[in-house]
Amino acid sequence: MQQTNKLRPFFENLEFEREDNHMVINFGPQHPSAHGQLRLILELDGEQIVRAVPDIGYLHRGMEKMAENMIYNEFLPTTDRMDYIAATSNNYGFALAVERLLGIEDKVPRRAKVIRTMLLEINRIISHLFWLATHALDVGAMSVFLYCFREREFAMDLMEDYCGARLTHSAVRIGGVPLDLPDGWLGALAKFVNELPSNIKDYEDLLTENRIWRMRLEGVGVIDADLARSWGCTGPILRATGIEYDIRKEEPYELYEELEFDIPVTDTGDSYGRYKLYMEEMRQSARILQQLIAMYDETEPELMAHVPQYISAPKEDIMTQNYSLMQHFVLVTQGMRPPVGEVYVPTESPKGELGFYINSQGEPYPYRLKVRAPSFWHCGILQDILPGTYIADVVTIIGNTNIVFGEIDR
Amino acid sequence: MMRPYTPKDNVQAKAYYTDRFWVAPRIPEEPIPEDDLYAEDIAAVKKQCKILNAYIQRGQLVIYINPEDNIPALKTLKEERGYEMLSEMSGVDFLAERGGFEVFYQILNLGTARRIRVKCFVDENQAVESVNPLYRSADWAEREMWDLMGVKVNNHPYLKRLIMPDDWEGHPLRKTYPLEGDEFAQWYEVDKIFGKEARDIIGPENRDPARVDRYDTERFARLGHEVPRGAPAEMADKAEETPLSYQEEEGVFLIQKLSEENSKVLDKRR
Repeated sequence: MQQTNKLRPFFENLEFEREDNHMVINFGPQHPSAHGQLRLILELDGEQIVRAVPDIGYLHRGMEKMAENMIYNEFLPTTDRMDYIAATSNNYGFALAVERLLGIEDKVPRRAKVIRTMLLEINRIISHLFWLATHALDVGAMSVFLYCFREREFAMDLMEDYCGARLTHSAVRIGGVPLDLPDGWLGALAKFVNELPSNIKDYEDLLTENRIWRMRLEGVGVIDADLARSWGCTGPILRATGIEYDIRKEEPYELYEELEFDIPVTDTGDSYGRYKLYMEEMRQSARILQQLIAMYDETEPELMAHVPQYISAPKEDIMTQNYSLMQHFVLVTQGMRPPVGEVYVPTESPKGELGFYINSQGEPYPYRLKVRAPSFWHCGILQDILPGTYIADVVTIIGNTNIVFGEIDR
Repeated sequence: MMRPYTPKDNVQAKAYYTDRFWVAPRIPEEPIPEDDLYAEDIAAVKKQCKILNAYIQRGQLVIYINPEDNIPALKTLKEERGYEMLSEMSGVDFLAERGGFEVFYQILNLGTARRIRVKCFVDENQAVESVNPLYRSADWAEREMWDLMGVKVNNHPYLKRLIMPDDWEGHPLRKTYPLEGDEFAQWYEVDKIFGKEARDIIGPENRDPARVDRYDTERFARLGHEVPRGAPAEMADKAEETPLSYQEEEGVFLIQKLSEENSKVLDKRR
């Protein structure tokens, strides 16, 4: 570390005394384009990056440790804080993992499934809009940011009308959903979904053929298929390398088997290809939501799985029937005791494969819970794709990988 | 009177009450069907190394191998059977019961959408070979496993703490590590910035946000009994009572108290 004195210039982030004429730059952890608490140590030869070392852990809250000290229902709100851009997808991933551990996956009522799938797709749109907004802002397009945040606000209003929260939803429960849709919500959703494609077209008009946007994104941050597979990249990054793998299609959960939607794929592997995938995925989400709106009215008004051993009875039963009250008391104070065993359950979150590994020893607390967060690997790959690129592209690449630090550090 | 015994080898939360005759049910471990793709995977691995146990649990194949066989087993699965992605790997702490860790490798075949969990049991002081040459994603996964669980990895290119600071002591995800941190963790910032001798002056970190200290004149703890900020403790009891009031009642510009009569309730949502 350099000492402050009057003879030499002192810059906290730069180190000058090297013989090979390389400069070492410290990027972050408080950099607005780092999308959270990312610290990157970059070794530069002129403007070219020779070595990049991502340093993470600045947002570590020990969620896996917390999970070992909480009953399963208690941990669910904590998962909100992982990918806080699309909280419901975390809630759902955890709820599905516990349901599969308990073996009650097919006992979830159909209405709950419809609502959950709706929430998941709304969250996908929210997340993609947020990604586009911040990424465009990083690259220098301010107006796209404002437009996207306007749309995102409408989507967040939908979430707020359903569950009361805008960011930390906790809108899913183990075994179903806590609430039915409020009056008029489906109409608001239909309005939002019908307007979305024309709004997406506005963003595309602003960006797709924009000369600056193309120059900054085309051929930048190229990840080929081998590297993506080897680094465990999933989601849009994997699909941009020409591999058509979407967990919603390949290992369907919830209602995705019955829904019609396409998986956009491109084989350019660069940032521009990924941008196009994100835009198309939003259109597909709107298409899924339109089908779900039609499905909702055909379902019975039942919201939680009926498994008294693990899931509390509906509130009416708890208030009127003695045995339901006793069950509820035990489940709240002591927690459910799943069978001994382990599961790994992957779901397709907006950013990629979000998996929960749960090891249960028959106790009310998980013996070990490991979160497989997509951003973790998408951040790790930076050390392999950044060398050789120019310093001006670093911000584009970080923004384009769509990493969120709540998920990486957990 | 005897103090109740608390086991030191697992300090995580325990069930408050357990019926001593209750036996936890187990998730069934199903045999592998003969004509399944998983049977072919098993056959391929068997040629390379010894398989201790293999079964299907909740639709995914689980293979137990010896820890020194992890490279040949995973190499076969990757190169011959197409399991090209390591989705996840980590360890599970069984130090108290069995004196070691269960390390699992969760791999995925993108072509057939099949997942296998390869598991091995590693003793506390035994090291596993790094699978970094096969899967790049093991780079960070093994660093995280070393950092949080303390499972040693051989021949890793850069085995350094990933999540915790470099000068951290202990491995936080072990069962012996308390949730609120050990002594080192609780005094980490104080020791590092001010030195150990400052512990008495600064005092332990306040982890109860609802704690009220009636002599504290700096942190809004004396609401209703205000004294000048930073006033000495002697002044605390002598201060005259300052009644609580709300701005709205005084008629602050633009801020009004909600009046029931003048507000309108909508029949329908927007």
